[in-house]
Amino acid sequence: MTRMIFEEAIDLAIADAMAADERVLLLGLDVPMLRAGLYARFGARRVLAAPISEGAYLTAAVGAAMAGLRPVVEIMMVDFITVALDALLNHAAKLEAFTHGRWRCPLVVRSACGAGYGDGGQHGQALWGLLASIPGLGVVVPSTPDDAYGLTASALAHDGPVVVLEHKLLTKNWLEFVGSGGRPGLSFDVPAAGHEGEVRRAPVPLGRAACRRAGDDVTLVSLGVSVHRALAAAALLGAEGISCEVLDLRSVRPLDVDAVVASARRTGRVLVVDEDYRQFGLSGEIAALIAEHGVSARFARVCTDDTIPFARHLEEAALPSVGRIVMAVRRLLAERARATRSASAPCAVETAP
Amino acid sequence: MSDLDREGLYRSLRRIHAFEEAVRSLWNEGRISGEMHLCRGEEAVAAGVMAHHREGDAVSCDHRPHGQFVARGVPLVDVLAELLGDERGLCAGRGGHMHLFSRRHLIATTGIVGAPAPLGAGFALALMRLRPGAAAFAFGGDGAANQGLFLETLNLASAWRLPLLLVCKDNGWAVTTWSKDVSAGDPVARARAFGLVAEHVDGMDPLAVWHATDRLLAHVRAGRGPAYLHARCARLDGHFLGDRMVRAARDLHEGADMGRVVVQSATERRGGRARDRARALLRMGRQVVRLKRGLGGGNDPTRLPPGTLGLDAGARRRIDDEVAAEIGAAVRAATQEAA
Ligand SMILES: Cc1ncc(C[n+]2csc(CCOP(=O)(O)OP(=O)(O)O)c2C)c(N)n1
Ligand SMILES: [Mg+2]
Repeated sequence: MTRMIFEEAIDLAIADAMAADERVLLLGLDVPMLRAGLYARFGARRVLAAPISEGAYLTAAVGAAMAGLRPVVEIMMVDFITVALDALLNHAAKLEAFTHGRWRCPLVVRSACGAGYGDGGQHGQALWGLLASIPGLGVVVPSTPDDAYGLTASALAHDGPVVVLEHKLLTKNWLEFVGSGGRPGLSFDVPAAGHEGEVRRAPVPLGRAACRRAGDDVTLVSLGVSVHRALAAAALLGAEGISCEVLDLRSVRPLDVDAVVASARRTGRVLVVDEDYRQFGLSGEIAALIAEHGVSARFARVCTDDTIPFARHLEEAALPSVGRIVMAVRRLLAERARATRSASAPCAVETAP
Repeated sequence: MSDLDREGLYRSLRRIHAFEEAVRSLWNEGRISGEMHLCRGEEAVAAGVMAHHREGDAVSCDHRPHGQFVARGVPLVDVLAELLGDERGLCAGRGGHMHLFSRRHLIATTGIVGAPAPLGAGFALALMRLRPGAAAFAFGGDGAANQGLFLETLNLASAWRLPLLLVCKDNGWAVTTWSKDVSAGDPVARARAFGLVAEHVDGMDPLAVWHATDRLLAHVRAGRGPAYLHARCARLDGHFLGDRMVRAARDLHEGADMGRVVVQSATERRGGRARDRARALLRMGRQVVRLKRGLGGGNDPTRLPPGTLGLDAGARRRIDDEVAAEIGAAVRAATQEAA
């Protein structure tokens, strides 16, 4: 075990894969400087600086993966993946299905995500729900250095495309680049346990959630930075006699349905804490899965509702926070079971004229 | 052909410069959050191009937008308050430095590199229908010129004969990448290949920028199709304030962490051939040297040699004083609001 910071763990997983397999190469904007260690060790033939042409270089990486390489592609921030989304949505993710598994696309996309340092709504989105809605595309969101190594290693070993998202509040260098910029006295709400920790240098399987805290009254389902917010909230609520279970999904797609459903069945109450947008995404998916499994748990969610505002105090209020989680859990526990059927009139049928 | 207002051009240059220095202070004090891309080194491009802006024209900007906003005459207090995240800012504190918008002034910003070009094309399409003779200005960098959005716009704007002026502020860099290392072909030749009229200009010379823009806009406003202005300029503060590479270039201590990682990695077992590793180290060193050369005073387009623009020292001093008073008052008003 070695102690390291979050992004060192990802770099190490990539370095280990590059050392073990000549077919692994890294490409993206500014990688010779951003990943100076990899550049110095593997040289410009394996670490390729790209022009700001994400659509072209990500689709080219899909082609390269189809033709025998195992590219790791950096998209500086996940917000910018929009200009290259076609590569993932229509190509990387569909190859296996189109060929009935006869041709696969071993591609890893590494991208920084997340808000909490006041950079505005085009530089702080989570977007893992958007990406994970695509069949055939893996999406992982580690919350600790150990998982950062383990999930990246599994993504690299996987024969299909996987997006690895690193939250900027967990990565010292990103936060330094775009948050503090060397200004002393600026502080951000960085979860210490996620930012630096012991790394086992072992793969963590895709699609397996981790239970971070066991509890009986309510299940907090979370990922990324929000896991740490959920744990802090659970500690506060524990002092009030409310026992929270905290599940760290780690992987959005594949999703550990069994772990979520089993915990929901046991506690009967589920709060999803998700930094991604509230509607049409992960939190709704979890509610649907629980319902589909016949579990009638009470359900609530703390997510990002709207476009993330620039002003720091508004941004803070918009993101999942310990305060919002505590309030939501209290509300969930206060809620009495609703009647399953109401006596209101059936809907009025409207037919086309 | 527009009338050249030499005093106005000088004043515009100084206003942009003074505004950016005020922003620098506020950012250094920690009163502005997030990334801060000042346009120091590009003032002459913003001033020289925007001098031709007429009421009814539209402007789209990239992540380095302040110069255009100041030159456009957007109230400085509103912009500053926005940067401070204040409710009374241009966008009520919701947008921020990379998402400045003024509907009244038809000027917009995007943080997505390359996107100002097609947004500008859309502005041009609207202007063509609604206000013939008006033009859209789209500003971007040398890095953005490799973005699909930009390259597609060269064709789109030309095929639709849009009244669009694309301005490339070529400061040589895209973050830590020397753009020439990842770009093929000559930028002006690229634009001409798509049928745009295109010119290269010394973007450190406000007068040259003014004249080149004058020629290109005559073509655009006459409805003869889009134009492209390629202006070589400087990047005096690195990519953004607090740029780690700039700090490392100026002070070896700042680069010590990175240096350790690089040295350790370069000697790690299992990796590239020794020749590849040596070349990588050399290239990194070259980048830092190149960066260092580009920084600082010798490259400042706002320090004009005496006599440029035909203004005597007295006139310049008067304008400088007026600008300092204007910017000082704006900062006081904005920070009072923010308090
Ligand atoms: C689509 C997209 N990719 C990457 C980025 C990150 N990014 C912001 S500015 C920048 C460099 C832009 O270079 P250039 O266009 O030359 O402008 P400059 O910063 O030099 O003024 C990059 C890569 C982004 N904002 N959008
Ligand atoms: Mg540039």
